[in-house]
Amino acid sequence: MDLFLQPWPWYVAGPLIGLTVPALLLLVGKPFGISSSFRHLGSICSPGTKIDYLRDNKWRDEIWNLFFVGGVVIGASLAGHFLVREPVALLPDSLATWPGGLLLFLGGCLVGFGTRWAGGCTSGHSIMGISSLNWSSLVATCCFFAGGLLMTWIIRPLFAAASGS
Amino acid sequence: MRNIIASVIGTGFGMILVKSEVSSWGRVQRMFRFEEPHMYLIIGSAIAVAAASVWIIKRWHVKAIGGEAPKFKPKPFTKGIIFGGALFGIGWAITGACPGPIYAQMGNGNLMAICSFCGAFVGAYLYAVLKPKLPG
Repeated sequence: MDLFLQPWPWYVAGPLIGLTVPALLLLVGKPFGISSSFRHLGSICSPGTKIDYLRDNKWRDEIWNLFFVGGVVIGASLAGHFLVREPVALLPDSLATWPGGLLLFLGGCLVGFGTRWAGGCTSGHSIMGISSLNWSSLVATCCFFAGGLLMTWIIRPLFAAASGS
Repeated sequence: MRNIIASVIGTGFGMILVKSEVSSWGRVQRMFRFEEPHMYLIIGSAIAVAAASVWIIKRWHVKAIGGEAPKFKPKPFTKGIIFGGALFGIGWAITGACPGPIYAQMGNGNLMAICSFCGAFVGAYLYAVLKPKLPG
Protein backbone atom coordinates (compact mmCIF):
# COMPACT_ATOMS: atom_id res chain seq x y z
CA MET A 1 0.00 0.00 0.00
CA ASP A 2 2.88 2.29 0.80
CA LEU A 3 4.25 1.79 -2.72
CA PHE A 4 0.85 2.72 -4.08
CA LEU A 5 0.78 6.01 -2.21
CA GLN A 6 4.16 7.18 -3.48
CA PRO A 7 4.55 8.75 -6.92
CA TRP A 8 4.53 5.97 -9.49
CA PRO A 9 7.83 5.45 -11.35
CA TRP A 10 8.05 5.96 -15.09
CA TYR A 11 8.28 2.23 -15.85
CA VAL A 12 4.86 1.75 -14.31
CA ALA A 13 3.17 4.94 -15.51
CA GLY A 14 4.53 4.99 -19.08
CA PRO A 15 3.41 1.47 -20.06
CA LEU A 16 0.01 2.03 -18.40
CA ILE A 17 -0.46 5.21 -20.46
CA GLY A 18 0.54 3.19 -23.52
CA LEU A 19 -2.11 0.57 -22.70
CA THR A 20 -4.77 3.28 -22.89
CA VAL A 21 -4.36 3.06 -26.68
CA PRO A 22 -5.37 -0.62 -27.16
CA ALA A 23 -7.98 -0.26 -24.38
CA LEU A 24 -9.76 2.50 -26.30
CA LEU A 25 -9.24 0.85 -29.70
CA LEU A 26 -10.62 -2.52 -28.62
CA LEU A 27 -13.21 -1.63 -25.96
CA VAL A 28 -14.53 1.62 -27.43
CA GLY A 29 -13.38 1.21 -31.04
CA LYS A 30 -11.84 4.70 -31.15
CA PRO A 31 -8.35 6.16 -31.43
CA PHE A 32 -6.88 7.86 -28.34
CA GLY A 33 -7.13 11.65 -28.35
CA ILE A 34 -8.08 14.38 -25.91
CA SER A 35 -7.88 17.83 -27.47
CA SER A 36 -10.87 17.18 -29.74
CA SER A 37 -12.95 17.41 -26.55
CA PHE A 38 -12.52 21.21 -26.75
CA ARG A 39 -14.08 21.18 -30.22
CA HIS A 40 -16.98 19.00 -29.07
CA LEU A 41 -17.63 21.32 -26.11
CA GLY A 42 -17.60 24.27 -28.54
CA SER A 43 -20.12 22.53 -30.80
CA ILE A 44 -22.40 21.69 -27.87
CA CYS A 45 -22.29 25.28 -26.59
CA SER A 46 -23.23 26.75 -29.98
CA PRO A 47 -26.20 24.94 -31.50
CA GLY A 48 -27.22 26.38 -34.86
CA THR A 49 -23.84 28.07 -35.29
CA LYS A 50 -22.60 29.23 -38.70
CA ILE A 51 -19.01 28.35 -37.82
CA ASP A 52 -18.21 25.41 -40.13
CA TYR A 53 -15.67 23.79 -37.81
CA LEU A 54 -18.22 23.53 -34.99
CA ARG A 55 -21.31 22.90 -37.14
CA ASP A 56 -19.79 20.11 -39.25
CA ASN A 57 -18.52 18.32 -36.16
CA LYS A 58 -20.48 15.14 -35.51
CA TRP A 59 -20.02 15.40 -31.76
CA ARG A 60 -22.88 13.03 -31.00
CA ASP A 61 -20.84 10.25 -32.65
CA GLU A 62 -17.84 11.24 -30.56
CA ILE A 63 -19.58 11.74 -27.24
CA TRP A 64 -17.47 8.88 -25.82
CA ASN A 65 -14.61 11.42 -25.85
CA LEU A 66 -16.39 13.66 -23.34
CA PHE A 67 -17.15 10.64 -21.14
CA PHE A 68 -13.44 9.82 -21.35
CA VAL A 69 -12.28 13.29 -20.22
CA GLY A 70 -15.00 13.26 -17.55
CA GLY A 71 -13.42 10.04 -16.35
CA VAL A 72 -10.01 11.76 -16.28
CA VAL A 73 -11.39 14.41 -13.91
CA ILE A 74 -12.96 11.73 -11.68
CA GLY A 75 -9.84 9.54 -11.72
CA ALA A 76 -7.58 12.49 -10.89
CA SER A 77 -9.90 13.41 -8.04
CA LEU A 78 -9.90 9.85 -6.67
CA ALA A 79 -6.11 9.59 -6.93
CA GLY A 80 -5.64 13.03 -5.37
CA HIS A 81 -7.87 12.17 -2.40
CA PHE A 82 -7.25 8.49 -1.72
CA LEU A 83 -3.93 7.52 -3.29
CA VAL A 84 -1.71 10.14 -1.65
CA ARG A 85 -0.68 10.84 1.94
CA GLU A 86 -1.23 14.55 1.53
CA PRO A 87 -2.63 16.56 -1.40
CA VAL A 88 -0.13 17.08 -4.24
CA ALA A 89 0.10 20.57 -5.70
CA LEU A 90 0.26 20.07 -9.46
CA LEU A 91 0.45 23.83 -9.97
CA PRO A 92 2.83 26.06 -7.98
CA ASP A 93 1.49 28.58 -5.46
CA SER A 94 3.22 31.32 -7.44
CA LEU A 95 0.54 30.94 -10.12
CA ALA A 96 -2.34 31.21 -7.63
CA THR A 97 -2.60 34.98 -8.16
CA TRP A 98 -4.58 37.21 -10.58
CA PRO A 99 -1.57 37.64 -12.92
CA GLY A 100 -0.89 33.91 -12.58
CA GLY A 101 -4.48 33.10 -13.52
CA LEU A 102 -4.26 35.40 -16.54
CA LEU A 103 -1.02 33.70 -17.58
CA LEU A 104 -2.64 30.26 -17.27
CA PHE A 105 -5.63 31.50 -19.27
CA LEU A 106 -3.39 32.82 -22.05
CA GLY A 107 -1.30 29.65 -22.00
CA GLY A 108 -4.54 27.66 -22.13
CA CYS A 109 -5.63 29.68 -25.18
CA LEU A 110 -2.42 28.61 -26.93
CA VAL A 111 -3.05 25.00 -25.92
CA GLY A 112 -6.62 25.05 -27.29
CA PHE A 113 -5.80 27.02 -30.44
CA GLY A 114 -2.56 25.16 -31.16
CA THR A 115 -3.84 21.63 -30.61
CA ARG A 116 -6.88 22.20 -32.80
CA TRP A 117 -4.77 23.80 -35.55
CA ALA A 118 -2.30 20.92 -35.36
CA GLY A 119 -5.18 18.40 -35.24
CA GLY A 120 -4.05 16.73 -32.02
CA CYS A 121 -2.05 16.98 -28.81
CA THR A 122 0.38 14.82 -26.89
CA SER A 123 -2.15 11.99 -26.79
CA GLY A 124 -3.54 12.16 -30.33
CA HIS A 125 -0.26 12.91 -32.11
CA SER A 126 2.66 11.93 -29.85
CA ILE A 127 1.23 8.69 -28.48
CA MET A 128 -1.57 7.55 -30.82
CA GLY A 129 -0.08 9.04 -34.00
CA ILE A 130 3.54 7.99 -33.60
CA SER A 131 2.60 4.52 -32.40
CA SER A 132 0.56 3.99 -35.58
CA LEU A 133 3.55 5.20 -37.63
CA ASN A 134 1.78 8.35 -38.80
CA TRP A 135 4.85 10.37 -39.81
CA SER A 136 3.15 13.78 -39.62
CA SER A 137 2.51 13.06 -35.92
CA LEU A 138 6.27 12.78 -35.42
CA VAL A 139 6.66 16.21 -37.08
CA ALA A 140 3.89 17.54 -34.81
CA THR A 141 5.65 16.19 -31.72
CA CYS A 142 8.93 17.85 -32.75
CA CYS A 143 7.01 21.13 -33.13
CA PHE A 144 5.40 20.70 -29.68
CA PHE A 145 8.87 20.42 -28.17
CA ALA A 146 10.26 23.24 -30.30
CA GLY A 147 7.51 25.52 -28.93
CA GLY A 148 8.11 24.38 -25.35
CA LEU A 149 11.86 24.88 -25.63
CA LEU A 150 11.35 28.31 -27.22
CA MET A 151 9.18 29.34 -24.28
CA THR A 152 11.47 27.87 -21.63
CA TRP A 153 14.86 28.95 -22.97
CA ILE A 154 14.13 32.19 -24.87
CA ILE A 155 10.73 33.85 -24.27
CA ARG A 156 10.56 33.38 -20.48
CA PRO A 157 14.19 34.53 -19.86
CA LEU A 158 13.54 37.58 -22.06
CA PHE A 159 10.45 38.49 -20.04
CA ALA A 160 12.33 37.88 -16.80
CA ALA A 161 15.16 40.15 -17.96
CA ALA A 162 12.71 42.85 -19.08
CA SER A 163 10.87 42.82 -15.76
CA GLY A 164 14.17 42.95 -13.91
CA SER A 165 13.64 39.83 -11.82
CA MET B 1 -22.33 1.02 -22.77
CA ARG B 2 -19.47 2.35 -24.89
CA ASN B 3 -19.63 5.63 -23.00
CA ILE B 4 -19.44 3.89 -19.64
CA ILE B 5 -16.36 1.95 -20.76
CA ALA B 6 -14.81 5.18 -22.05
CA SER B 7 -15.33 6.88 -18.70
CA VAL B 8 -13.84 3.90 -16.84
CA ILE B 9 -10.73 3.97 -19.04
CA GLY B 10 -10.63 7.75 -18.55
CA THR B 11 -10.78 7.27 -14.77
CA GLY B 12 -7.76 4.98 -14.91
CA PHE B 13 -5.95 7.42 -17.17
CA GLY B 14 -6.70 10.33 -14.82
CA MET B 15 -5.31 8.38 -11.87
CA ILE B 16 -2.09 7.69 -13.79
CA LEU B 17 -1.74 11.34 -14.79
CA VAL B 18 -1.83 12.34 -11.12
CA LYS B 19 0.19 9.48 -9.63
CA SER B 20 2.96 9.71 -12.25
CA GLU B 21 3.04 13.52 -11.84
CA VAL B 22 2.83 13.89 -15.62
CA SER B 23 0.30 16.62 -14.87
CA SER B 24 2.70 18.44 -12.55
CA TRP B 25 3.73 21.93 -13.69
CA GLY B 26 7.17 21.41 -12.14
CA ARG B 27 7.74 18.11 -13.97
CA VAL B 28 6.92 19.78 -17.29
CA GLN B 29 9.36 22.63 -16.55
CA ARG B 30 12.11 20.16 -15.62
CA MET B 31 11.43 18.29 -18.85
CA PHE B 32 11.90 21.39 -21.00
CA ARG B 33 14.98 22.40 -18.97
CA PHE B 34 16.43 18.89 -19.46
CA GLU B 35 16.83 18.58 -15.69
CA GLU B 36 15.31 15.12 -15.33
CA PRO B 37 14.42 12.29 -17.72
CA HIS B 38 11.11 11.38 -15.96
CA MET B 39 8.74 12.78 -18.61
CA TYR B 40 10.83 11.57 -21.55
CA LEU B 41 10.93 8.05 -20.12
CA ILE B 42 7.16 8.07 -19.55
CA ILE B 43 6.31 9.39 -23.02
CA GLY B 44 8.88 7.08 -24.61
CA SER B 45 7.71 3.93 -22.85
CA ALA B 46 4.06 4.87 -23.49
CA ILE B 47 4.79 5.14 -27.22
CA ALA B 48 6.68 1.81 -27.18
CA VAL B 49 3.81 -0.06 -25.50
CA ALA B 50 1.20 1.67 -27.67
CA ALA B 51 3.18 0.92 -30.86
CA ALA B 52 3.50 -2.77 -29.96
CA SER B 53 -0.25 -2.91 -29.26
CA VAL B 54 -1.15 -1.20 -32.51
CA TRP B 55 1.18 -3.51 -34.43
CA ILE B 56 -0.46 -6.58 -32.89
CA ILE B 57 -3.96 -5.23 -33.56
CA LYS B 58 -3.14 -4.52 -37.20
CA ARG B 59 -1.05 -7.65 -37.82
CA TRP B 60 -3.72 -10.08 -36.54
CA HIS B 61 -6.74 -7.92 -37.40
CA VAL B 62 -7.92 -7.92 -33.80
CA LYS B 63 -11.54 -6.81 -33.64
CA ALA B 64 -13.00 -4.35 -31.18
CA ILE B 65 -15.86 -5.26 -28.86
CA GLY B 66 -18.97 -5.72 -31.01
CA GLY B 67 -16.95 -7.28 -33.83
CA GLU B 68 -15.97 -4.11 -35.69
CA ALA B 69 -12.42 -3.34 -36.75
CA PRO B 70 -11.00 -0.54 -34.57
CA LYS B 71 -10.89 2.79 -36.40
CA PHE B 72 -7.54 4.42 -37.07
CA LYS B 73 -7.76 7.96 -38.32
CA PRO B 74 -4.53 8.89 -40.09
CA LYS B 75 -3.72 12.56 -39.61
CA PRO B 76 -2.38 14.06 -42.84
CA PHE B 77 0.40 16.63 -42.88
CA THR B 78 -0.76 20.26 -42.83
CA LYS B 79 0.90 23.61 -42.17
CA GLY B 80 -1.16 23.68 -38.99
CA ILE B 81 0.95 20.83 -37.65
CA ILE B 82 3.97 23.17 -37.73
CA PHE B 83 2.37 26.45 -36.59
CA GLY B 84 -0.31 25.00 -34.33
CA GLY B 85 2.14 22.48 -32.93
CA ALA B 86 4.61 25.21 -31.94
CA LEU B 87 1.86 27.38 -30.41
CA PHE B 88 0.64 24.42 -28.37
CA GLY B 89 4.23 23.77 -27.22
CA ILE B 90 4.48 27.35 -25.92
CA GLY B 91 1.16 26.91 -24.12
CA TRP B 92 2.31 23.57 -22.68
CA ALA B 93 5.39 25.24 -21.16
CA ILE B 94 3.26 28.09 -19.73
CA THR B 95 0.42 26.04 -18.22
CA GLY B 96 2.55 23.01 -17.36
CA ALA B 97 -0.17 20.90 -18.89
CA CYS B 98 -1.20 19.42 -22.19
CA PRO B 99 -4.97 18.81 -22.60
CA GLY B 100 -5.18 15.58 -20.54
CA PRO B 101 -3.36 17.07 -17.54
CA ILE B 102 -5.55 20.20 -17.64
CA TYR B 103 -8.50 17.92 -16.84
CA ALA B 104 -6.39 16.00 -14.30
CA GLN B 105 -5.25 19.16 -12.50
CA MET B 106 -8.86 20.30 -12.13
CA GLY B 107 -9.88 16.89 -10.84
CA ASN B 108 -7.00 16.84 -8.38
CA GLY B 109 -8.39 20.06 -6.91
CA ASN B 110 -5.83 22.50 -8.34
CA LEU B 111 -8.50 25.06 -9.06
CA MET B 112 -6.21 27.49 -10.92
CA ALA B 113 -6.27 24.91 -13.73
CA ILE B 114 -9.81 26.15 -14.42
CA CYS B 115 -8.08 29.22 -15.92
CA SER B 116 -6.11 26.93 -18.26
CA PHE B 117 -9.28 25.02 -19.15
CA CYS B 118 -11.26 28.19 -19.94
CA GLY B 119 -8.30 29.36 -22.01
CA ALA B 120 -8.21 26.09 -23.94
CA PHE B 121 -11.96 26.33 -24.64
CA VAL B 122 -11.63 29.94 -25.82
CA GLY B 123 -8.51 29.09 -27.86
CA ALA B 124 -10.23 26.20 -29.61
CA TYR B 125 -13.27 28.43 -30.28
CA LEU B 126 -11.01 31.13 -31.68
CA TYR B 127 -9.46 28.53 -33.97
CA ALA B 128 -12.93 27.51 -35.16
CA VAL B 129 -13.72 31.15 -36.01
CA LEU B 130 -10.38 31.86 -37.71
CA LYS B 131 -10.00 28.49 -39.46
CA PRO B 132 -11.16 29.74 -42.90
CA LYS B 133 -8.39 32.39 -42.82
CA LEU B 134 -5.58 30.16 -41.56
CA PRO B 135 -3.24 28.08 -43.75
CA GLY B 136 -3.74 24.31 -43.71
